[in-house]
Amino acid sequence: MGALKRLRPSTPFLLLLPAIVVLAAVVVVPLLLSFYSSFTPFRLTQPASLFNFVGFRNYGRILTDVEFWTAFGRTVLLLTVALNAEMLLGLGLAMLVEKATAGQRLLRTIMMFPMMFSPILVGFQFKFMFNDNIGLINNALQSLGLTDQAIPWLIDGTLAFWAIVVAEVWSSTSIFAILILAGLLAMPKEPIEAARVDGCTPWQTFRYVTWPFVMPFAYIAMTIRSLDVARAYDIVKIMTDGGPAKRTELLWTLISRTAYADARMGLANAMAYFAIFLSILFTVYFFRKLAAARTQIGAEW
Amino acid sequence: MATVSLQKLVKRYGALEIVHGIDLEVADREFIALVGPSGCGKSTTLRMIAGLEPISGGNLKIGGRIVNDLPPRARNISMVFQSYALYPHMTVRENMGFSLKIAGMKSEEIAPRVEEAARTLDLTHLLDRRPSQLSGGQRQRVAMGRAIVRNPDVFLFDEPLSNLDAKLRTQLRTEIKKLHAKVQSTVIYVTHDQVEAMTLADRIVIMRDGHIEQVGTPEEVFQRPASKFVAGFIGSPPMNLKDAEIADGRVVFVNGDSLPLPRRFADRVTAGRKVTFGLRPDDLYPAGHGIHSGQEADVHKADLRVSITEPLGNETLVFSEHGGAEWVGRMLNPRRLRAGETLPFCFDLSQAHLFDRETGRTLRG
Ligand SMILES: Nc1ncnc2c1ncn2[C@@H]1O[C@H](COP(=O)(O)OP(=O)(O)OP(=O)(O)O)[C@@H](O)[C@H]1O
Ligand SMILES: [Mg+2]
Repeated sequence: MGALKRLRPSTPFLLLLPAIVVLAAVVVVPLLLSFYSSFTPFRLTQPASLFNFVGFRNYGRILTDVEFWTAFGRTVLLLTVALNAEMLLGLGLAMLVEKATAGQRLLRTIMMFPMMFSPILVGFQFKFMFNDNIGLINNALQSLGLTDQAIPWLIDGTLAFWAIVVAEVWSSTSIFAILILAGLLAMPKEPIEAARVDGCTPWQTFRYVTWPFVMPFAYIAMTIRSLDVARAYDIVKIMTDGGPAKRTELLWTLISRTAYADARMGLANAMAYFAIFLSILFTVYFFRKLAAARTQIGAEW
Repeated sequence: MATVSLQKLVKRYGALEIVHGIDLEVADREFIALVGPSGCGKSTTLRMIAGLEPISGGNLKIGGRIVNDLPPRARNISMVFQSYALYPHMTVRENMGFSLKIAGMKSEEIAPRVEEAARTLDLTHLLDRRPSQLSGGQRQRVAMGRAIVRNPDVFLFDEPLSNLDAKLRTQLRTEIKKLHAKVQSTVIYVTHDQVEAMTLADRIVIMRDGHIEQVGTPEEVFQRPASKFVAGFIGSPPMNLKDAEIADGRVVFVNGDSLPLPRRFADRVTAGRKVTFGLRPDDLYPAGHGIHSGQEADVHKADLRVSITEPLGNETLVFSEHGGAEWVGRMLNPRRLRAGETLPFCFDLSQAHLFDRETGRTLRG
């Protein structure tokens, strides 16, 4: 009797069991399986290869793979450029909108538009705009008489990289703008006046008073962005698909190509875990910064 | 250290005029208190002096120089805000040294000045805390410290004590007074607390609806109020102000009761003049429980019925009926009174005031 009672799981556990089963089936099992497969030479075309455990061979190969490191470096460059541009533009936008005396509500709504587009659509939209023959941008440049050539935006490797940066910045600046605007609106106005009386120029007021206050909000945006940067995959996939000649290959396009085109799932999974690990490091880093900035302004949230 | 002069200073928000051309000369090292009811434009005036609000008309001079269009940083002023406005991300030390740092001073020069100010304000042990870790009174002192490290020409205070409890307020009031004696700067101090104004200021400016009603020393505004408004605003409890009419040497109240016309107004009013009669509670007391300041002949005696009393310990406020209205008197060396009791009262008419009922101005001339 007593033994039976001990076997019987507690009620909360029983009640949570369905959720646990579903989560395990759709998240935990695939996660473990893919993690395991990164230690095998698994190919989609040869299911049996899944059972051939090769230890760290995939990871070893990645470390010496020039193509991987090129894509890796380019991804880091893209993120550095894009995130910084997004933060600066978002800050600028937020400060302009905060100054607006009329129609602020409308401006705030308009500012959020890019967030409503799926990244696929952003990709198509910019692919059209940067098209060398029929694109809006070349058309505009030519009509304004700034150039008489068709600039090969998506064909030249360097230009294509910047075209992607522009698309990425367009689609994600609003996250920074919204969060920083929230910070500006929550900010008490008296310290700014005190700073003016204390002798600050407008720039010093921003530098020493406004910025320290909105910084945590910028870090929140950074943290969110460091979790969802992989969204950029859709944009790149549509605009250039890593081309021309792999000149805009990023980690995400490389991984999907390795997994599906080359069918080397094991290797692709190893790359993906490597990338995820780095992404987690970034997130932790920004989270730390956020916590520090929060205690600094004595925030109560 | 500088003079401040306001010449026909005007503030408009759009078509709405808030401050209507006020004139004021503040002498070097003078402590000026700006008082008035809520919404009369005290903060607006102060903020125009600070440069935080653009001036819509007239001139503002600091140290003889017109500063209308100069930004706050070019005016060499310090301001203590009602909400303290400390920088939340800086320690007390950084808060206090911030203006010096902005002015380009080296940290070796800043440190001793901050420490000196901290000693004056008893903040030394708090220097490394952040504002969020301080009590209201401590924050207030930091705000004051931030203002004094700079040796500004002019100090501006906007109701610095109004967020504090009564005890702390009294204590910090004394500290502000000591501080002024020590730093010897020109101070303009906004408050709606007349006790603060009376105790601190060299001169008091009483504002009402964007106008200046009277400027004078605490004694002047208390003893010789220029208008009914000032008479009612300064002094606690407020002066008894009752509408009356002059009739052959007497002041006749609405219900027909009367008092003799105070002698010093004898040749200032004629019969039939509609006036407001004013008498401070100190000058209306149960016989034997007060002091008259003029001659015995000016004291009028009458029996009044006590309606309620408010014992304060050292004195009792006595409310009683006269002339169809309620008057408040002050009873020194109080004894216990019963409601409904009738007592002989003294009206010290040498201290009475008469105001024109229409304009509210004093008839003293
Ligand atoms: N931005 C503004 N736009 C329009 N009117 C304003 C503005 N700021 C202040 N006012 C008006 O100006 C008048 C004076 O305001 P002010 O803040 O100077 O009053 P105050 O004497 O300091 O009152 P308090 O004792 O309550 O602080 C008020 O009637 C207020 O409504
Ligand atoms: Mg005010």
